[in-house]
Amino acid sequence: MNTIKMVMISFGMLNFVLAMAAVIMYIERKAMGDIQVRYGPMRVGFHGVLQPLADMLKIVGKEEIIPEGIDKLIFKVAPFVVFVPACMILVTLPLSKTLQVRDLSIGIFYVIAVVTISTVGMIMAGWSSHNKYSMLGGVRAAGQLISYELSLSLVVISIVMLAGTLSMKGIVEAQSSFWYILFQPVGFAIFFLGTMAELCRIPFDLPEAESELVAGYFVEYSGVRFMLFLLAEYMNLFTMCAIATILFLGGWNGPFLPGILWFLIKVYILVFILIWIRGTLPRVRADQLMSLGWKVLLPLSLLNLGITGFVALIVQ
Amino acid sequence: MPLEPVHMQLNLGPQHPSTHGVFRIVLSLDGERIVKAEPVLGYLHRGIEKLVEYRTYSQILPMFDRLDYVAALLNELVYVQAIEKLLEIEVPPRAEYVRIILCELQRIASHLMWCAAYGMDLGAITPFFYLLREREIVLDIFEIVSGARLTPAFFRIGGVREDIPPGFIEKVDKFLDMFPKKLDDYDQLLTGNEIFLVRTKGVGVLSAEDAINFGVSGPVLRGSGVKFDIRRVEPYSIYDHFDFEIPTNESKDCFGRYAVRMEEMRQSTRIVRQALDKLPDGEVRAKVPKSIKVEGEHYSRIEASKGELGVYIKGDGSTNPYRLKIRAPAFVNLMALPKMLENSLVADVVAILGSIDICMGEVDR
Repeated sequence: MNTIKMVMISFGMLNFVLAMAAVIMYIERKAMGDIQVRYGPMRVGFHGVLQPLADMLKIVGKEEIIPEGIDKLIFKVAPFVVFVPACMILVTLPLSKTLQVRDLSIGIFYVIAVVTISTVGMIMAGWSSHNKYSMLGGVRAAGQLISYELSLSLVVISIVMLAGTLSMKGIVEAQSSFWYILFQPVGFAIFFLGTMAELCRIPFDLPEAESELVAGYFVEYSGVRFMLFLLAEYMNLFTMCAIATILFLGGWNGPFLPGILWFLIKVYILVFILIWIRGTLPRVRADQLMSLGWKVLLPLSLLNLGITGFVALIVQ
Repeated sequence: MPLEPVHMQLNLGPQHPSTHGVFRIVLSLDGERIVKAEPVLGYLHRGIEKLVEYRTYSQILPMFDRLDYVAALLNELVYVQAIEKLLEIEVPPRAEYVRIILCELQRIASHLMWCAAYGMDLGAITPFFYLLREREIVLDIFEIVSGARLTPAFFRIGGVREDIPPGFIEKVDKFLDMFPKKLDDYDQLLTGNEIFLVRTKGVGVLSAEDAINFGVSGPVLRGSGVKFDIRRVEPYSIYDHFDFEIPTNESKDCFGRYAVRMEEMRQSTRIVRQALDKLPDGEVRAKVPKSIKVEGEHYSRIEASKGELGVYIKGDGSTNPYRLKIRAPAFVNLMALPKMLENSLVADVVAILGSIDICMGEVDR
């Protein structure tokens, strides 16, 4: 009985986040359109609300082209290696006090471990495509994600020190009076930058830099496998913003409105900021990104961790 | 036994989103670092220099529109000037003024197009839409004058096709009032951005000496700190009537070229404003023989939006030229590309190539 319930909740959660991915796609196109003095999608449904759905249907209907001379197995598996971890994160994501598939005791640790897997998928896709552009994209993805995950994890550790728990639910509950962004503004900045790099979004969209690498690691993909990359990207956008909300913005905490609504409001504010940045900034170069990651963010996050630990010790 | 490093060959183009047309570079890469870069040209070759030998002198004009299609009127100007010099035709002052107004607007349109595409090359999507919106106004002005937006074919040997239509001056006036403020905004959008600066400063350095040795001209030359502008050095048409500055930049890199172009747009606005104020009345077309026959040779050059645009015409006394050679600025500027690319990264290729401002229609002819 319990297992069936579990499966039902997981299924619901997966669908919910897929729906969120579609919503984000729509918001992104509309907001970008607004920033760029144009309308964005207008044809499908009222003001183009059904556009993401139509896009997905179209992509599913496309022929899947598998180029010659590639490593077939790796090429075929790679999109799933990117997509499945994006779904796996959802297991421990608390949308509100009660809406959570399972509150793992190692919650945030699990999230960080799973997020890293998708990098492997990107490298696999880039390597197996037998295309120089996609290989450069895959190599860039590897370099970029490794250099940012480190400082990202260090920031998470300082949050865990404050909350005294690894559980996602526990971290949110520890913020019922004060949000951690108040204690950790630098940490939040580092985390947000790391999130942008993690999601491969402008200004850190080097693995898929359109003007240099055409489309980067997934240049050879089409059809359903391409859609998996696309969906994974937008699901990650939602989940990473959700994690930032849980760690720094107090998750579902907030007056009057129900918890889930507060949670979504906070997440979408972050999503909008990411879209806004995309509409404003140019792209950095790979070596500049690395030097920012290793020379600025890593020492800064280490310092942040040290200070947090010191203060926590004194307070105790 | 020492191992020889194997470099990866990467073919950038001819079909690539940021090679500005069908341009191809073969890059030898060591990781992301460029060891050797070799431009390959000719994908848009239409043989215009040969085709014109089978056209009469008045039929040639529209072909010049198709050289640098983002700055068509400047191409027309250099051609009609060459023929006028050979035939010793005196162009009426009103026609000269109309030409200069249109040419400077064309320079603005060309630079706007460049700047929009340059932002795109660097990953900034939004400036593209803003700058093209302004370019659209200029194209609308061309449309009310000539009926066409991209390839107007409006200049004629001895003047322009017809007088400017009513409403033209008001429209240009409105544009001139609005444009400098908007330009400052857009300049701020890019130069106020730290990422844009780190992507362009110190990238694609071309020393003044190298620039002169390669024969580059236009904003690329001035971006290397050499103050050379044919409008000043060898004033053609009526450029000696106007007060304007020649912007240069000492930084010698992509940013220098960007800054020079931005300033040039402001200066062009000044020239158009002065020309509008002084616009004389009168004829817009001189008396020209029905069938134009040219004897002798002449090299005419102007400062086009991309650099020194020259045309050499040799006529043998018949109705079509014996030989016509076009000196395309983008073609010459492009030759400095391997030098600028030395020891840069793949991501810099688009930044450096973009900063040259090539138009393949002109490079391949």
